[in-house]
Amino acid sequence: MTTLDHDHSDHGPAKGLSRWLFSTNHKDIGTLYLWFSLSMFFLGGLFAMVIRAELFQPGLQLVQPEFFNQMTTMHGLIMVFGAVMPAFVGLANWMIPLMIGAPDMALPRMNNLSFWILPFAFAMLVSTLFMEGGAPDFGWTFYAPLSTTYAPPSVTFFIFAVHIMGASSIMGAINVIATILNMRAPGMTWMKMPLFVWTWLITAFLLIAVMPVLAGVVTMMLMDIHFGTSFFSAAGGGSPLLFQHLFWFFGHPEVYIMILPAFGVVSAIIPAFARKKLFGYHSMVWATASIAVLSFIVWAHHMFTVGIPFAGELFFMASTMLIAVPTGVKVFNWVATMFHGSMTFETPMLFAIAFVVLFTIGGFSGLMLAVAPADFQYHDTYFVVAHFHYVLVPGAVFSIIAATYYWLPKWCGRMYNETLGKTHFWLSFIGVNVTFFPQHFIGLAGMPRRIPDYAVQFADFNMVSSIGAFFFGSSQLLFLFIIIHTIVAGKKAEAKPWEGAEGLEWTVPSPAPHHTFETPPDVK
Amino acid sequence: MSATQEHHTHPHEHYFVPAKSRLPILTAFAMFVLVFGSARLFVDMSQNKNSIGEWILLAGFLMLAWVLYVWFAHIIKENQAGLAGPQLNRSYVWGMGWFIFSEVMFFAAFFGALFYVRTFAGPWIGGEGAKGATNMLYEGFKYSWPMLSNPDNSQFTPPQGVIHGMGLPALNTLILIASSFTLTMAHFSLRLNERPQLVRWMLLTVALGIVFLMLQITEYYEAYNHLGLTLASGIYGSTFFMLTGFHGAHVTIGTLMLIVQLLRCQQGHFTEHDHFGFEASAWYWHFVDVVWICLFVFVYLL
Repeated sequence: MTTLDHDHSDHGPAKGLSRWLFSTNHKDIGTLYLWFSLSMFFLGGLFAMVIRAELFQPGLQLVQPEFFNQMTTMHGLIMVFGAVMPAFVGLANWMIPLMIGAPDMALPRMNNLSFWILPFAFAMLVSTLFMEGGAPDFGWTFYAPLSTTYAPPSVTFFIFAVHIMGASSIMGAINVIATILNMRAPGMTWMKMPLFVWTWLITAFLLIAVMPVLAGVVTMMLMDIHFGTSFFSAAGGGSPLLFQHLFWFFGHPEVYIMILPAFGVVSAIIPAFARKKLFGYHSMVWATASIAVLSFIVWAHHMFTVGIPFAGELFFMASTMLIAVPTGVKVFNWVATMFHGSMTFETPMLFAIAFVVLFTIGGFSGLMLAVAPADFQYHDTYFVVAHFHYVLVPGAVFSIIAATYYWLPKWCGRMYNETLGKTHFWLSFIGVNVTFFPQHFIGLAGMPRRIPDYAVQFADFNMVSSIGAFFFGSSQLLFLFIIIHTIVAGKKAEAKPWEGAEGLEWTVPSPAPHHTFETPPDVK
Repeated sequence: MSATQEHHTHPHEHYFVPAKSRLPILTAFAMFVLVFGSARLFVDMSQNKNSIGEWILLAGFLMLAWVLYVWFAHIIKENQAGLAGPQLNRSYVWGMGWFIFSEVMFFAAFFGALFYVRTFAGPWIGGEGAKGATNMLYEGFKYSWPMLSNPDNSQFTPPQGVIHGMGLPALNTLILIASSFTLTMAHFSLRLNERPQLVRWMLLTVALGIVFLMLQITEYYEAYNHLGLTLASGIYGSTFFMLTGFHGAHVTIGTLMLIVQLLRCQQGHFTEHDHFGFEASAWYWHFVDVVWICLFVFVYLL
């Protein structure tokens, strides 16, 4: 710790546990992030199974309403902050230095710190389930005063867990930005950067801009709960609506934080398997940037029914609809890339195509929700649940799975079994649609979200949805099996296992050596 | 590997990738102990129970302080040993710049709260504007700023008075602006390699920072003991203490940073062209200064 080691004394990976605990290697840290994310995906998934099991039939069968609320809350928090975000950070760690020809991330020790905060933060968050009064039960959006005046004591642990996760995200984002701005190989100009790098650059900017606002809002909660301030209490001149404004000022960019890197992944995979250059590269970059800018001025579309002024309803309706324009550009470009391409349908491509189709469905239902007068009907119903699960599960999660299949040969030097991969795809594709499509109907028919019991007219579709959820959930065990099977027994992979793939990551051997690009490549 | 030698030729060669290190995971652990202790303490405090939280908190704080000290000392040693080339320095520059941007956004949340209350929530609950109907919740409540009467005075005892801008806060504004000036003078001295002046200007800057903090403490004492202006005296006190309090915390951190740079200056660290540790601390100080000017205008004057 006190000696000044030089990088050349650190060529191979260290032996044993210290390789992982003390790592400064972007690949090892990326691997840690990805395994962490996968374990959180299963934990959050387990909570989802509890939710769907309770909703299998009307009436209370398995759990008490209090515990049901804890499940919806923990499911959301763990999936958003524990599964999706760390998965993308893991992908960024592994792929950005390889894609831009850098020897590592710009600040390798801070990189390790960003990761190791997460296990501690989530241990603390999950431990609230065993605390007196139970885990947080106010939904992942933790609206005040549910999360202040009426919250269980464990909310304080939740607040501090969010604080340190936020610190982790900010440091991770600073690292990504510094890497992209400073570490590109000579000749890797802005407009030669792979779109995954571009989308992550913009995502990192969003993270640095909004995670501190989240830190601010949970700090206000903490002060309201323990030190008598009145930020979210009208009795002292504050306002519960202030909470929602601040939360969604963070929350809306946050949803783009979870989808922009997905756009980058899909923009890498579709050209590779269509064997064509990405259609409209420049417009992709500009569309991503426009989405990021717009994300800062749409937050109150989550608040149409809470009593904001009429002018606000109009403004936020219009600005939200504007987002459909750059998003439409992206979908058009992906389809145009496939048009007249020599397409093959390996597993990553299947997941990428499903992403394009199903994410677009989620986008359209978002457009419906953006219509303020119509939102008065949809607000807080299962239609909203269906909408955001369509953009997050077959959106963000499918892109993460696609990325895993696409880059797994590079990570572990072995190919996955194509038949198993395709089986996983079809099971997931069917499962996800059976789960979430019926939720549109019950939502439009008026079933509210976050309830353990419901009126009998919603029974059939809920049962279908639950069956789909069990089906989807258990299919993911196949994913786990495929990953382990590949690492242990997969066939050796070539440096470039995909015929149409492009990019610097395919110029290094598979598996990628512990250190790559110690002298930067020349990019033509 | 001197800074000038590889300037512009091969900017990407020999980027310093540090060997594995125990420091990051220890930092993560210390952060965890710190926040776990705080949470334990606050929960027990609210339930009027004796708490072991304060000891856990203290242990976490000491551990974090120690590990950060070791970490920064290590980085300084690496720098002195010439391991950090110009490219790594650029990473530090970007890192510090974006870190300050994140701090700006943190303060933006609290300023946003202040503006929201003053522009929307306050007038509405006082019966004015688009959502003035909410006044029926607290009939008879009239909105004014500073809020010397809360919607529910039995729940939140309002302050008898507030701190006026033209007294201590104006003096503090002068002090902080002066400290930014003396810090810039120190920077000039460093660039001209005039070491004695450098140390003197730095001493003066640190002293001004400490005076500022002492005056803030005086002001808080006055607010709590003579004006009834507290965290719990309604939204005016909430925003006042959270904004000025977080600013004060940042001045404290900034002062500590400047003290470290002062000690380094005295030990002969830094060269005319390569002194990023100094510059980063200076940026941070100027940032804290700008936040204060916004505070002075929006919290004290308007």
